[in-house]
Amino acid sequence: MADGVKIEIVSPEYLVLSAEVRSVVVPGAEGYLTVMGEHAPLMTTLKPGFVTVTNTDGAATSYFVGGGFADISQAGLTILAEDAKPASEFGRTEIEAKIAEAQEALSAAEDIDAKSAAQNRLDTWKNLLVESAGLGRAAH
Amino acid sequence: MPSLKDLKNRITSVKSTQKITKAMQMVAAAKLKRAQDAAEAARPYAERMEKVLSGLALAYKGRPDAPKLLAGTGKDDVHLLVVATGERGLAGGFNSSIARMAREHTEELLAQGKTVKILCVGRKGADILKRQFSKNMLETISLREVKQLGYDTAQGIGQKLLDMYEAEEFDVATLFFATFKSVISQVPTSIQLIPAKFDEEEGEEAVHSGAAIYEYEPDEETILADLLPRNVSVQVFRALLENNASFFGAQMTAMDNATRNAGEMINKLTLSYNRQRQAQITKELIEIISGAEAL
Repeated sequence: MADGVKIEIVSPEYLVLSAEVRSVVVPGAEGYLTVMGEHAPLMTTLKPGFVTVTNTDGAATSYFVGGGFADISQAGLTILAEDAKPASEFGRTEIEAKIAEAQEALSAAEDIDAKSAAQNRLDTWKNLLVESAGLGRAAH
Repeated sequence: MPSLKDLKNRITSVKSTQKITKAMQMVAAAKLKRAQDAAEAARPYAERMEKVLSGLALAYKGRPDAPKLLAGTGKDDVHLLVVATGERGLAGGFNSSIARMAREHTEELLAQGKTVKILCVGRKGADILKRQFSKNMLETISLREVKQLGYDTAQGIGQKLLDMYEAEEFDVATLFFATFKSVISQVPTSIQLIPAKFDEEEGEEAVHSGAAIYEYEPDEETILADLLPRNVSVQVFRALLENNASFFGAQMTAMDNATRNAGEMINKLTLSYNRQRQAQITKELIEIISGAEAL
């Protein structure tokens, strides 16, 4: 087995993280997936969620990404995220603000397409709230 | 011939101008450093994005089901020029060189009988282009209030472009800005934003570097549809950052020149001031001596 996976989290503004780690959990568009060394080449879009990076010594850190995409190749894993920051900077209050925002968009939406898009967004954020709570417990 | 007092006044005024230009130069130098760092930090994202997209785009080349952002509307009638310049002047030829490039492009398109719309980002470019193409101007996006150039600013502009494209208000969008080469050289650049253009060689390389057996989740089409709009914002963001760095570079050089010129001027003025002072002393001496002789 390969020793680990090289990960780079890049946001438009700066390089968030570049490291060699044991495994990474990525919020893919079709569900969370774990990437370890020698993963098959894969490209996926991301939904807003938490990227959990487990270091070679077993310590885990989480990063919030607000959508984007991940490119897994032989060279490693590259996450291009529009909004990426350590999970400690994106907690319950921020997510609740996003939920309120989505709720507002939902009530403002008029046609059926806009409504379903807004509903989807709302659900995504609500799920995230649950996930972040789980994350907090795991960390403590 | 200006009097001694006039000369003295002028020397003082040039000296205070020099102080201002010197201060501006130092401020520009400090801001340039930051702008340059920001531009460099943004580079990995844009590069990765381009690499991934060029590979995907190549696969879709010439296919009828390619997204509109990649294949275009099939027409070439209405051109949108996005001209990014600075908010302030006093930066040498920075604003005018971008505006000149946009003007030449506009004239060329108009000569071909195309419709041209101009969207300005930054007030200075708008001021220059308004004189000639006032009826082609759409609006000006001001970055005056933007303290720190963030991705959300670029995203706003990108979204605006996409909305306009969706409403079929234009067929081709071109972005004008200045690429930062060095402190003394900023190159006015234009890139075609919509439909997206990619370096084919790079795409070729991405495909052949063993990445051909990519798995896509959800599928290529969805990913491409998701990435292309994002790419517009990223390109705008990169252009704005480059522009920002170029602006401060140009301002620094311009202010450096101004400081030097002011120094030269002070030297010249001081020389003629001293000459005149001496001439006056001589004149007064002659008057006194000839007065004494007459007695």
